[in-house]
This record gives sequence, C-alpha cells and structure tokens, in this order.
Amino acid sequence: MAGRQAVKAYLDLMSQPCRAVLIFLKNNKIPHTVEHIAIRKGQQKTPEFTKLNPMQKVPVLEDNGFVLTESDAILKYLATVYNVPDHWYPKLPEKRARVDEYTAWHHANTRLHSSTVFLHEVLFPLMMGQPTNPAKLEKALSDLDGTLDKLENMFLKRQAFLCGEDISLADLLAVCELMQPLSSGRDILKNRPKLLIWRSRVQSALSDSFDEAHAIVYRLRDKFTAKL
Amino acid sequence: MASRQAVKAYLDLVSQACRAVLIFLKDNKIPHTVENIAIRKGQQKTPEFTKLNPMQKLPVLEDNGFVLTESDAILKYLATAYNVPEHWYPKMPEKRARVDEYTAWNHANTRTHISTLFLHEVLLPRMGHPTNPEMLEKALSDLDGTLDKLENMFLKRQAFLCGEDISLADLLAACELMQPLCGGRDILETRPKLLSWRSRVQSALSDSFDEAHAIVYRIRDNLNADKLYRYPKQSAL
Repeated sequence: MAGRQAVKAYLDLMSQPCRAVLIFLKNNKIPHTVEHIAIRKGQQKTPEFTKLNPMQKVPVLEDNGFVLTESDAILKYLATVYNVPDHWYPKLPEKRARVDEYTAWHHANTRLHSSTVFLHEVLFPLMMGQPTNPAKLEKALSDLDGTLDKLENMFLKRQAFLCGEDISLADLLAVCELMQPLSSGRDILKNRPKLLIWRSRVQSALSDSFDEAHAIVYRLRDKFTAKL
Repeated sequence: MASRQAVKAYLDLVSQACRAVLIFLKDNKIPHTVENIAIRKGQQKTPEFTKLNPMQKLPVLEDNGFVLTESDAILKYLATAYNVPEHWYPKMPEKRARVDEYTAWNHANTRTHISTLFLHEVLLPRMGHPTNPEMLEKALSDLDGTLDKLENMFLKRQAFLCGEDISLADLLAACELMQPLCGGRDILETRPKLLSWRSRVQSALSDSFDEAHAIVYRIRDNLNADKLYRYPKQSAL
C-alpha cells in the first residue's frame, strides 16, 4: 500500500455506523483523516457533500478517489484492502458467511429498533423540542427488547462474540448501535448480564478507540441526565 | 467440491429473498434440493423448522450441515463456495464493495418499501383486513423515492446497479421489484430506464427468473377470482 494517500472518512459521531467506522480505522491504525459532517446542522445537504454522496448520508469513505457509502460495505472494504487481522472479516467462507449473516440481519433489527428508540427518546424531545410520543417509545423499547433477546439467545448462545469466538465487524456494528440509547441515560443492557459481559469484552478488545468515538454519547448523557 | 451433497434450500417463493436464492442456484447449476415452507400456513413456526432456524424466517440454506440464514449472506456464500462467474460477486475490492454497498442499502430502502406496499395492498386485504388508504399512499410514495434513487444514482451511468455486468445486487433488487405484481401493480411501468434494466436482468437470468416468479404471476392472475394461491408442485432438482 506504499504511495497510497490516507483515506478520508466523512463522519458524524452522533451516528452509530460512523462511530463503527472511526473505531475500525483507529483500532487498525489505518491512516485516515476525518471530516466532520454535522447532521443536526444539515451539513449532509450542502451542494458539496451532495456531490460526494447524492444520498446525503454518512458515513462516506473516500480512498484515493474511490467513494464508498454504507458502513457494512466500508468496513468490509477496509478489512480487505488494509490487511487487518482475519477475525474482523474472516476469509474462510463459512466464517465470513456468519459475519455477512449478522450484518444483514442487523439492518431490520438492531439498527432499526435502536434508532427508533433514539428518535423518540432523544432526537425529537431533547434535541428538536418536540413532545415525546409515549406509545411510539413504548413500542420501540419493546421491539428493541425482542432484538436483545435474539442477540442473547441466538447469536451469543454458545459463543463469546456474535459470530464466533473472536470479535468481528458484527460486534463492532452492534455495540455502536446498542450504545446509542445511552445518550439519554438509558442503558438498555443493564438487566442483561450476558450482554453486559459481551459489551465489556468488545470494549476491552477496542480499548481507547471505543471511548474516543463515544465521547459524544457520554457528553449527551451527562447533559440530559443533569436536567432530570 | 467432489462428493459434496447437494445444498438444501428452505424457501417460500412468495418471498422475494427466497426467489433470489432459487434463481441463483438454478442459473449457476448449483446442485440443490428445495423444501417449500409455506409462510401463509405458519410452517416456519413448526418445532422442526424452529430448530433449524430459531428466527423462524426464510430463506435458509443448509450445506452439508452448515446452516445459513439471510439472503445476502446465502448468495455471497454460494458465489464464493461454488465458483460462479465473477460478475455475480467480484473479487476486486472496489467492485465487491459496490455490491456490498447496494446489498446494505437494499434493506432499508428497496426491501422495506416493497414489503410495506405488499403488506397493505396484498397481504392485509387477503387476510380480511380493510386497506388503509393513507398507509398505502405513503408506501407508494416511499417506493417512488427509492425508484428515483435506483434510476438516478445506481443506474446513472451504467447498465446494472453495480457496474456493466449483472451482480447479486440486480438479482435481489429485481425480485423485490416484482413483488407488487402480486397485486396487479407494475411499479416500473412509467419508468423506461428501469424497464430496460429489468429486461436486461430477465434476459441474463432467462428461464430461472420466470420459473421462480410463476407464483407471482399466479397470484396476480387469481386476484379477481376468489381463490387462494397455490404453490406449484416442486420436485427435488
């Protein structure tokens, strides 16, 4: 990879998938620069950013002219091109398939329900000043509960990490999602020892890069719980 | 791959993702058997199927003891393990990343909006619930936005969603976009660019596409007749 420029990551660290990308870059010491795009200020809708990504979404990765969106694709691309340790995205087809299985399932499950809780508990009421819809929040929490049951009882049934005995991209994506509700002081894992242990394992494996990426979540938590 | 047993696919062909898996198996002549699981009869909730897949979802692939769910993962696994033509899931990182990019985007966009439309226009009425016109309108509007993006972004300068060749992305998308046909609605009919793309995809997939979609055509044709759709008898292939 000699002569290659550092990749450029366009991120808003309020976004769960953006944090996953940043953690992966840092943890694997992949040379990178970060351009912060603040969604709350509409910076993903500027003509400049829209030219880069017409979908107006983050994260976006730019690697020497190659522009890529979608955190799944970004992480898998980085894992392949930058020769990271195999456990992130194993080469063996059956092992790789397990990671692809989780990252697919993730969209309509972990990501969807975690985002919906965040929307109704933090974004609308605390950040946009709109009233909370208690029925919608209840439903979101209930859906998320179902997801957590499945994470515990299926993915983590007999193994230390979501896709096997080693940490992978699946754990990285999942943990960033499951940290999101902490923004309003809600620890959705607190009554679930199995998931708390899993989260600890993941945090240990990621050490500093995890806390650095999540600084914004902790800040929001402190800000919102101070109001109570 | 000598002495490998045929893979087993657990499918309900009313499901878009299941059709994609079947088409891929047939088109690439991957030795397989199909076990039909009828969602409308609750067959995904039997103790036997639940043991196979606790998520109680389809499709499921079983390859010599290795059980895999999620159509994305199944297609990518088959493409890798069975040495199919490279265009399906290219090895070159930038090209592969484009396919991964679409298959990720597919979930919250094409798949979500198609499924919602199908729910409100076909499924709920068939179950005796009144159609909610507002929700149907919203589903159509959301889907319209998705179709705009498919046309103007993915297909902006290329023949297929991820490049000049057909890939897993086109297969997944084409199966999704056929679903509203169950309710007699061709969502691509006013969009020549997407119609051309769909033709290209159908040509590339020839017989396997129509075989897999026979059920969709049947449901569409039975719409005004008051009878339930039936599954075709499927022998081991």
